[in-house]
Amino acid sequence: MLIDWFTVGAQTLNFLILVWLMKRFLYKPILNAIDAREKRIAAELADADAKKAEAKKERDEFQHKNETFDKERVALLKTATDAAEVERQKLFGEARTAADALRTKREEALQNEQRNLNQEIIRWTQKEVFAIARKALADLANANLEEHMSEAFVQRLRALSGTAKEQLATALKGSTRPVSVRSALNLPPAQQAAIQKAINETFSADIHIQFETVPDLVGGIELSASGQKVAWSIADYLATLEKSAGELLHKQEKAAVKPEAKANAKPIAKAEPKTNGKPDPKPQTTKSEPKPETKT
Amino acid sequence: MRLSPDELIVWQLGWFKLNGTIVFTWGLMLVLAVGSKLVTRHLSVDLARSRWQNLLEIVIAAIEKQIQEVGLQQPKKYIGFLGTLFLFVAASALCTIIPGYEPPTASLSTTVALALCVFVAVPFFGIAGQGVGGYLKSYAEPTFIMLPFNIISEVSRTLALAVRLFGNMMSGAMIIGILLTITPFLFPIVMTALGLLTGMVQAYIFFILAAVYIAAATRKTKTVPESTPAK
Repeated sequence: MLIDWFTVGAQTLNFLILVWLMKRFLYKPILNAIDAREKRIAAELADADAKKAEAKKERDEFQHKNETFDKERVALLKTATDAAEVERQKLFGEARTAADALRTKREEALQNEQRNLNQEIIRWTQKEVFAIARKALADLANANLEEHMSEAFVQRLRALSGTAKEQLATALKGSTRPVSVRSALNLPPAQQAAIQKAINETFSADIHIQFETVPDLVGGIELSASGQKVAWSIADYLATLEKSAGELLHKQEKAAVKPEAKANAKPIAKAEPKTNGKPDPKPQTTKSEPKPETKT
Repeated sequence: MRLSPDELIVWQLGWFKLNGTIVFTWGLMLVLAVGSKLVTRHLSVDLARSRWQNLLEIVIAAIEKQIQEVGLQQPKKYIGFLGTLFLFVAASALCTIIPGYEPPTASLSTTVALALCVFVAVPFFGIAGQGVGGYLKSYAEPTFIMLPFNIISEVSRTLALAVRLFGNMMSGAMIIGILLTITPFLFPIVMTALGLLTGMVQAYIFFILAAVYIAAATRKTKTVPESTPAK
């Protein structure tokens, strides 16, 4: 008999025990482990998704911030560039103004210098001219000249009239000290007598005269008393000439300053395109200078 | 020449006798239980796990998937019974490579015992699934005339289960035994390999048939019949 019923029963029991053992030791733990792992993986995936979403959000935010930053930077840069441009223009303007002022000042200085030099030259020339004249006349002065001069003085005395004569007369009469008659050279006694005579006759009084020798007079005779004076001397002529020449020069200077002040405004405006700073106002000043001279 | 390991008596006391079938079954049970215990002792729920755990997970996941494909929607409820059927039959076939070993499934007593278990399990799960009335009503499907034929089918398929497994396993062992006496070199090795293959196929057949029977018993009469597995 192939079937042993005892064995059948035993095997059935064995099988049931095996089922229980397998359930206990194999299926339950393994299936639980698989489930736990699946849950864990699902959780991790969900977490990863969440993190991904968060990362995306953060990236978007960052991108947005970047864009904003870029915009701000561009705006700031533009503002800074504009400000720099304005500053540049301002500085440029200031520099130009300063340069213009400096140039004007320099031009003025140059003009002043030139004017001073001109005046110096004129003065020096004048001085030299008079010195030469003085020297020449002093060299020419001799006895004959003295004689002529005393004659000329006497003529002048006699020619005195009106208020000048009266004033001189009162001065001569009123003076306590002797009236001094100065001459460049020592007058000979004949001429001294002639002069004494002429004075006495002119003023109708006996006036005490003291003769003095003064080389500064160059040539000529001078009578002075209490501020009143009658003279004929080359020095006197020269002084008169010098005085008038000085007045003329003074007028010239005044006339020269006026056109310069007018001309100053023009060169600044004209000079702007020319950055080289060439001394172009010079010809203008040289032009203006001779003008008053030609008038004289 | 033994036809069945039942005839190998190890120890006997009156009607109680320990034959080869029972002893080998105990051996298998010990190996399976202790092996499972050892592997599942340090189970890992992390992604990293031991190779043995990985192997068992693959096997159990495959069984679970097969049960599901047969049409049982809650495989965890049936995996204890059906999985153990497969594992026991497969393990007893695999162990034929061990010299001196005789598979307990080559004993008609064992196969009958397994078939009887299925015979009892089908109505058990059927009644659990759709109640006593529902289950009994399934015998009268599609008409009442089919009742006797259904009952005959129930008994005959149980017998067929037992005899099919016994015949295949016993023949395999027998062929190897005969061939060893005729051509004791190379050819028995080939036949052993073939025996392993037939053993695995039989384990699968036994498992899948039991699953189909249970699935048929638990399926609600009103529901649309689900497609039977391709295998």
